[in-house]
Amino acid sequence: MNVSTKAPAAATDPSVTASTSAEHTASYWLQIIWQAVQRLSPRHMVRQPVLFVVEIGAVFATVLTLLSPQTLGSSGGTAAMSVSTAWQIIGWLWATLLFANLAEALAEGRGKARADSLKAGKQNLQARKVQDSDDTVGQSVNAALLRKGDLVRVMAGELIPADGEVIRGVAAVNEAAITGESAAVIRESGGDRSAVTGNTRVVSDWLVIRVSANPGESTLDRMIALVEGASRQKTPNELALSILLTGLTLIFLWVVLTLPAFASYSGGTLPMLALIALLVTLIPTTIGGLLSAIGIAGMDRMLRLNVVAKSGRAVEAAGDVQTLLLDKTGTITFGNRMADNLLPAQGVSQQQLARAALYASLGDDTPEGKSIRHYVQQHFAAVYGDVMQDSTDLNTIAFTAETRLSGAWRHPVLGERQEWQKGAVDAVLNWLAADSQGTAIKGQAMPALLRDQVDQISRTGGTPLLVTEGRQLLGAIHLKDVIKPGIRERFAQLRQLGIRTVMITGDNPLTAAAIAAEAGVDDYMAEATPERKLARIRQEQSEGRLVAMCGDGANDAPALAQADVGLAMNDGTQAAREAGNLVDMDSDPTKLLDVVRVGKQLLVTRGALTTFSIANDVAKYFAILPALFTGFYPQLASLNLMHLHSSDSAILSAIIFNALIIPALIPLALRGVNAEAQSAQQLLRRNLLIFGVGGLIVPFIGIKLIDLLLVALGWV
Amino acid sequence: MTNPAFLSLTSTAGVLLILALALLPAPLLGRWIHRIYEHHRADIVEQRLAHWLDWSEQQNWRSYLLYLLVFNLLCFVLLFTLLLAQGHLPLNPQHLPGLSADLAFNTAVSFVSNTNWQAYSGEDSLSYLSQMLGLGVQNFVSAATGMAVAIALFRGIARRSSHSVGHFGRDLYRGVVYLLLPLSLLLALVLIWQGVPQNFNAYLSASTLDGGQQWIPGGPAASQIAIKQLGTNGGGFFGVNSAHPFENPTLLSNLLQCAAILLIPAGFVFAFGHYVRDRRQAVALFITMSALLLLGLGVLLWSEGRLSPLLASLQLSDSLNWEGKESRFGIDLSALWTAMTSAASNGSVNAMHDSLSAWGGLVPLVNILLGEMIFGGVGAGMYGMLLFVLLAVFLSGLMIGRTPAYLGKKIEAREIQWALVALLTMPLGILVLGSLTALLGDPQAVTSNPGPHGLSQWLYAYASATGNNGSAFAGFAAGQPLQNMLLGLAMLIGRYGVIIPVLAIAGSLASKAPRAASAAELPTHGPLFIALLTLSLCLLGALNFFPVLMMGPVAEALSLP
Repeated sequence: MNVSTKAPAAATDPSVTASTSAEHTASYWLQIIWQAVQRLSPRHMVRQPVLFVVEIGAVFATVLTLLSPQTLGSSGGTAAMSVSTAWQIIGWLWATLLFANLAEALAEGRGKARADSLKAGKQNLQARKVQDSDDTVGQSVNAALLRKGDLVRVMAGELIPADGEVIRGVAAVNEAAITGESAAVIRESGGDRSAVTGNTRVVSDWLVIRVSANPGESTLDRMIALVEGASRQKTPNELALSILLTGLTLIFLWVVLTLPAFASYSGGTLPMLALIALLVTLIPTTIGGLLSAIGIAGMDRMLRLNVVAKSGRAVEAAGDVQTLLLDKTGTITFGNRMADNLLPAQGVSQQQLARAALYASLGDDTPEGKSIRHYVQQHFAAVYGDVMQDSTDLNTIAFTAETRLSGAWRHPVLGERQEWQKGAVDAVLNWLAADSQGTAIKGQAMPALLRDQVDQISRTGGTPLLVTEGRQLLGAIHLKDVIKPGIRERFAQLRQLGIRTVMITGDNPLTAAAIAAEAGVDDYMAEATPERKLARIRQEQSEGRLVAMCGDGANDAPALAQADVGLAMNDGTQAAREAGNLVDMDSDPTKLLDVVRVGKQLLVTRGALTTFSIANDVAKYFAILPALFTGFYPQLASLNLMHLHSSDSAILSAIIFNALIIPALIPLALRGVNAEAQSAQQLLRRNLLIFGVGGLIVPFIGIKLIDLLLVALGWV
Repeated sequence: MTNPAFLSLTSTAGVLLILALALLPAPLLGRWIHRIYEHHRADIVEQRLAHWLDWSEQQNWRSYLLYLLVFNLLCFVLLFTLLLAQGHLPLNPQHLPGLSADLAFNTAVSFVSNTNWQAYSGEDSLSYLSQMLGLGVQNFVSAATGMAVAIALFRGIARRSSHSVGHFGRDLYRGVVYLLLPLSLLLALVLIWQGVPQNFNAYLSASTLDGGQQWIPGGPAASQIAIKQLGTNGGGFFGVNSAHPFENPTLLSNLLQCAAILLIPAGFVFAFGHYVRDRRQAVALFITMSALLLLGLGVLLWSEGRLSPLLASLQLSDSLNWEGKESRFGIDLSALWTAMTSAASNGSVNAMHDSLSAWGGLVPLVNILLGEMIFGGVGAGMYGMLLFVLLAVFLSGLMIGRTPAYLGKKIEAREIQWALVALLTMPLGILVLGSLTALLGDPQAVTSNPGPHGLSQWLYAYASATGNNGSAFAGFAAGQPLQNMLLGLAMLIGRYGVIIPVLAIAGSLASKAPRAASAAELPTHGPLFIALLTLSLCLLGALNFFPVLMMGPVAEALSLP
């Protein structure tokens, strides 16, 4: 899924741009660091058991060293740890915690900057609460006091106080605050465009809105909660991973706590501070410190896509999706059919047909009509030029849904009246038949060759239009659904990731099959109805697949609710927005693909950093254990593979590496590990190589370098 | 001593032959195991039992576990009483007195938990009744208990949206009657033919050439020995186990006994393949286990087969490390037995592990510390390995961006939580209980050597107990009351601290609907997964013991020139 070229939608939002530049100011950093310090409070730390153990160790080490520096040393052959080393270790223990908190604060800061801009101004909003839709006066109340079911009236120029559904009125609404799109959109009662979002502005007319969410429960409020570390619910996979990390911490706690007993049997005693250092380096602090940041950053990436997630669970589930139900229109194909070919009848030249088609389409401002003009301009530039110069005193007949025809006519100075028509096959045939005096020509109106061509167009999923000049059929225009460029490749990539795409369309099976084949989807559903969509989702789920779909209409709501990942369009109905667990502010159905990518990335990042964290332990053992044991077993010095300078420097280097790796990995945690790959197997091999094997090797190099640096600086 | 050239030829052939005998029947045996447990028709005895004991068709994991625990508790009470009271009971020609309470506790726990750690010497302490009705029966039912748990887990993985994992009573009965009894009957007959005693005679008294008096023990040994090998029990009839000439009289008996260690554990790997209807899964696990077994064997063959540096300096004609080896069969066969018995949680020995070279001694220790899953105990090895598979799949599943799933079953917080409980048992039993020795007593007093070698003895005792292996490094004074209690506790933790989580996971997995297979699923066969599993085993299983191993065998090995 290559969407890296896509600019983040948020870039258009001025408030976010402002916050990005704020990231570079000193006060921003001071604020983040202050937050990191505040998070040292045990009440916050206890939520993350790995870090909590580090904190207890750090407190213990600090108190111990303050009270009795002489406990640092030991009698049994182990060299006493110098006081300077002890304080350095203690400093780095606290630094480890600060770095972890910093990661969380940074991730939260990014997400909140975006959320705050969405929330801005909401606090002091006044709403005009009305008794019923006929009440035009109402009473002014604070928006925060509005409850679900309340009615409010919003006049032009006012902000909509809360999420809701239009029950009366039609108005243009500017939703730039949320979508970043400055063009106003129409919102009206009934139909599929009835939902409005709080904090958007009515620019014309008025609306009566039924509030659909209590304060604190709106889509936006839920999203804000997802990027706040303190109130964030852990997602299922995150929970499982936290349990694993806690278990590993407990194991290493036992390993370290029992070590003095075995060491004393061997005739040595171990300095308490060294044991604390060993414990902190062994427990998975790297992933433990970054776990929260990874989760928040995932939500933030969703926000940057302009997708509001109602729960973290939905984002995570997106990574598991096995079946994507995609609406054909707008997702797989451009919204409209386009002219693709001109098929002249016998004895008619291409140019003749092109000329007639162009004349006939001059009055057609539908996308189809435009596409015909565009086609002629592209392929018959000379004809296009002629017609455009020759369009004086031309009368155009506009396309209407009733006649399904468009055309043009004129009385030239010489000769008879000229007339061109184009339209759907039956409309043109009816027009020809009706205009003649009887039924005589009706049967022979379409020559056999042309009929074959028309049938051929239908069979391949296209739409044929007929073109006439005067009373003569000149040929057919082949309108077809144009597949979006690159979509086929995208589906192929999805297939390799094990995701099947199912195209949903209201077209007849013949057309649907042709488009499905061309777009490269795995399956299609023709003549789809909401009931059939729902049934299809249930069937996929009963076969053990996770299903994602997007929709906007009220009739999509059941399917959106049933799907594991339901992406509702923001410009859709309130029912759809309530039913989906993700809302796309840009109302772009192709977002579903990006959502899947973000979900996968979230899991990959966690898994990769966990593997890295555990693999690091090997090198840390080789750094610290020889340092601890050589006092009583000198032969173990040969296990000092890195040839670290001294016991003190070995322990210190390990703890410094352990602390520094956290900030070093913060960018990766926030950005997410690259989850693009040909196949699951390749992805695993690559990640195993980078984070598994890399996790074994990197700390050996890192610890050695730190050791060299410490020695050069004379700190040990 | 036999001609060295002949010895080396027979020993190499012997090693290969034993490996072939142990591993080649695995696919066939796996099919048989699957069949006996899943066969719909119950025999007449099972029907009667089911009627009397009201065995409903299926149990959920909680009732399965409850049945298992109650049954094991009954076994314990029975055996404990028997051992205490053996002085007053029949079939005791030597008039051996009852055991002390702590020793009886230790021994009862040991045999009920399939550990078969022996803090006593069979011929000096136990009556024939205790051996047969007590230990002999436990050899069968403790093995069948482990197998039943593995079968329940297999079903949990294989079944779809089911609440049941089988019935413990039926699984126990079928394991004993259709697998353990026939195989041990066969093996016992061959052993009797080879000269292993099978009688109820009093010990013979003989005058030796130099005029001394010697007791020549007898007893129902062959039957006991057959099941001790097949059921990964390992508790010998005689004190020195299969190094005793009556327990293991000939090259053939050695060959068969050695092969019998891995026979059923290897069969269970393939039985799993039948349950999940995917042979490749079984093959992948089989390869992983075999590779680890051969790795350990390789180290042992190298370390025991080379000139010992200290002996070399004495300039003897034969400076191989013969101490503690079975001189009748040669060093290689002793090395093989050592590798297999420690890999498979059997615990029977035909050589003194205490006398292995330093690096060699590391092998059985690491095999046990890994959690007894290199084939492991009957049933126990497979369920232990599957726990690690779940953890490995969890990590790798995340790395491909999906909720991890093994064979379609999602691995979620609940499974991880229980798998960790099981993972915690090894450090708890070995490190925490082991270190209590230092807190409550003097570890120097229970080890025969000081320094690194003593630490190995100490560590090995707790590893063997927690891993339900039962072999001893020797040199560890296991019979003291404190040790009897602590080691007994370690055995309980090592056994039920894993069985309970395994059954909980079995129940949880059984209730899940499998996820549809797709290209995005992590393939759990093939070289990449095998590498991944091995890496996880080493990182999650062995890393915990790195510090103590460094102070023990590693420090010892590095102290040699």
